Amino acid sequence: MSEVLAPADEAGISAAIADAHASREPLAVEGNGSKRGLLRPVQAARTLSTRGLTGITLYRPSELVISARAGTPVPEIEAALAEKGQHLIAEPPDTRALFGTEAPATLGGIVAANLSGPRRIAWGAMRDHVLGIRFVNGTGEVIRSGGRVLKNVTGLDLCKLLAGSYGTLGVMTEITLKVLPAPEAQATVVVAVPDAAAGVRALSAGLGSPYGVSGAALLDGPDGMQALLRIEDFAPSVAYRAGRVVHEMAAHGGTRIADADESRGIWAAIRDGAPLAATGGEAIWRVSVRPSAGPGIMAAARAAGGRAYLDWGGGLAWIAGPATEQVHDSIAAAARAAGGTFTLFRGPEALRAAVAVLPEEPPPLAALARRVKAALDPAGILNPGRMRAGG
Amino acid sequence: MIALPAPKPGILARREEIIAALSAIVPGDGVIADETRLKPYETDGLAAYRQVPLAVVLPGSTEQVAAVLRYCHENGVRVVPRGAGTSLSGGALPLADAVVIGLMRMNRILDINLDDRFAVVEAGVTNIGITRAVEGDGFFYAPDPSSQLACMIGGNVMMNSGGAHCLKYGVTANNLLGVKFVTIEGEVIEIGGAHLDAAGYDWLGLITGSEGQLGLVTEVTVRILRSPEGARAMLAAFKGTEIAGAAVDAIIASGIIPVALEFMDKPCIHACEAFAHAGYPLDAEAMLIIEVEGSTAEQDELLNRIKAICERFDPISLKVAETAEQSLAIWKGRKGAFGAVGRISPDYLCMDGTIPTSELPFVLKRIGEMSAQYGLGVANVFHAGDGNLHPLIMFDANDPDSFRRAEAFGADILRLCVEVGGCLTGEHGVGVEKRDLMSVQFAPHELDQQRRIKTAFDPQWLLNPSKVFPLEGAPVPLAAE
Repeated sequence: MSEVLAPADEAGISAAIADAHASREPLAVEGNGSKRGLLRPVQAARTLSTRGLTGITLYRPSELVISARAGTPVPEIEAALAEKGQHLIAEPPDTRALFGTEAPATLGGIVAANLSGPRRIAWGAMRDHVLGIRFVNGTGEVIRSGGRVLKNVTGLDLCKLLAGSYGTLGVMTEITLKVLPAPEAQATVVVAVPDAAAGVRALSAGLGSPYGVSGAALLDGPDGMQALLRIEDFAPSVAYRAGRVVHEMAAHGGTRIADADESRGIWAAIRDGAPLAATGGEAIWRVSVRPSAGPGIMAAARAAGGRAYLDWGGGLAWIAGPATEQVHDSIAAAARAAGGTFTLFRGPEALRAAVAVLPEEPPPLAALARRVKAALDPAGILNPGRMRAGG
Repeated sequence: MIALPAPKPGILARREEIIAALSAIVPGDGVIADETRLKPYETDGLAAYRQVPLAVVLPGSTEQVAAVLRYCHENGVRVVPRGAGTSLSGGALPLADAVVIGLMRMNRILDINLDDRFAVVEAGVTNIGITRAVEGDGFFYAPDPSSQLACMIGGNVMMNSGGAHCLKYGVTANNLLGVKFVTIEGEVIEIGGAHLDAAGYDWLGLITGSEGQLGLVTEVTVRILRSPEGARAMLAAFKGTEIAGAAVDAIIASGIIPVALEFMDKPCIHACEAFAHAGYPLDAEAMLIIEVEGSTAEQDELLNRIKAICERFDPISLKVAETAEQSLAIWKGRKGAFGAVGRISPDYLCMDGTIPTSELPFVLKRIGEMSAQYGLGVANVFHAGDGNLHPLIMFDANDPDSFRRAEAFGADILRLCVEVGGCLTGEHGVGVEKRDLMSVQFAPHELDQQRRIKTAFDPQWLLNPSKVFPLEGAPVPLAAE
């Protein structure tokens, strides 16, 4: 374990980075380290944590905005929102069980990883709701992008560039999100389907209906294969819409309606990768493809000795399997062949250091990536090698 | 007036040679060089600024776009991308030594996939063209800027265009899956695809809204959505702007997210009513148009809830549309707002700041004071759900002093937006119009950070020059690696 710096404020983060920039000494960047096992391990003598920067700094329920320092634990934010009947729109996964960590994710971590849950298919990704950020770039400068209003196209959108950059371009210190009222009620239509292809056809029919499906997943369980379609809204709407979806699903298989409690449990599990029931030694991948290609990814996972379920209407495959380079290569190849993308979400350190954990970028894009990295972190000290070897 | 950089004499002197080279890349009638036919390209939706370009080139393929950009890069020629030329911020304003790349000939719809809910279209397809291609099957493309009949998806991507329904459906950035991106060096890069959330840096997010500073987009993969069963509007008029603002807060606090929530102030109500005869109450200080979606029963349920909320705020008038026709009638005045103001004033500037919604009463009061101070009328329309304010400043373009005052008035409004915690532009973009105000919102080192990213894409600063970044201090080189 390297030496950990955990300053109590933004000025401390800035000073630590300016110092690292001056001495050209790399820093591993994290919040609570809950996703340290995600992507590639960073080789750095020192770790810079944002966990000392906590607290909600602004919350205006009637304006649908909340700001918090980057190290604020996500559950703290969720609790504050719940008190006012609101929620995080992208429904980010709680990865504690998968990574075997105790500390919850921080807001900065979840945004830096752009992690989104089932509601992504209907309401957008984590990055879609980042309205503004403050971050420290690789020379120690504090930079603001975006703001605290819902609509803003002033200047380059560095919020989106930083979201999903895993701390390699800058260290976010404060984040403002758009939030929404949490729906009053929910229900899930469960459809028994004969196979994955039929299941994704059912999901597509549900998402192509006018009933506002906000979760669409395909599970392969002891009860056979099930297509799941969630409706969230005011109670009378949920009753009406679930009825309409059941009607639409009649052609796809036998149906039943899971009530609000069961529905909440179903989607929390899907959000967190729980249906994989992955053992400690197994690796986990997330593959994103067009929904109709989902069954092919499931089949490829099975052929490689793994197993999978689908979220996002069939377009997101959660896969667990043997943690070998061979299995990784098969899954990466299947994602590429389907025109999609993959992430080695969890795996032993040796595997994560040995393989490309994300798809390679074509050479002109890789060249741009190096130049953009240099524009933000000229000495290359922030999280070197976190996303790609040598980058 | 906003300053434009002096043309490079070397480029002007090489005009014939440049035109010949472009004609070799885009043969036939793909290059426009004569003065009469260049005239329509001298301006865009910000008609106060005009400059005939060196030449216009109208490529028909991504390969031609790439070849034109490579040529310009190798020869140090400035490039101005253009879609339909509807930018209200001067985003497509040419320079005398710049080549305009018009994408209107790239107007094919390449793929529609209803099962996977995406469409692949060329940059020159109009915004409404996407919806028209899928509406027969019950689908639509969500972002709906006012110019949607004319504006092109490539321009929408470059400006991250919004519309009246963003509160529920988001802006362009939230509805994209992929783009074909062409760099100034002529490299063609596929970003994203038909899937969600490509792993790695969010290039799609950075490019969207980059106003042509980073590269051009020739193909776009958009998400298409199933249309709701139906939609219906209601009108609520109040005695004061604070009261209307409080009603908006109460609606949001009740958990309802209307698909549209539009606010008009008194001058706007009067202008629209005179134009459209929509039955708007002329004694109101502020009026809301609220639209909800769903089945007829769901619409009734939501409209009744909203009506009950509005009744707590002593409304002057509450009118719930019973039919689609009545709904259209309520919208008629609002949709014609710009035309209506155009009838009572020879010219107007349409501003586009965003403010925290709670600041609306204060901001409207200050705008009223400025209106008196500048001696110019102003009408305000406001996307109340998302805080995007469109003051329409009335002036007379034939009177140079009137135009100068209108620009100063507009700049003061935008400064006020930043002061109360908002921003310079919600959906129209910075362009040339708000370029010199960027230093109001950003510190010098923050602008330099953005400039360094621009340099990473466009080392010679040839792409859409004189827009977005104040001229002083640009370009900024990348730090040595």
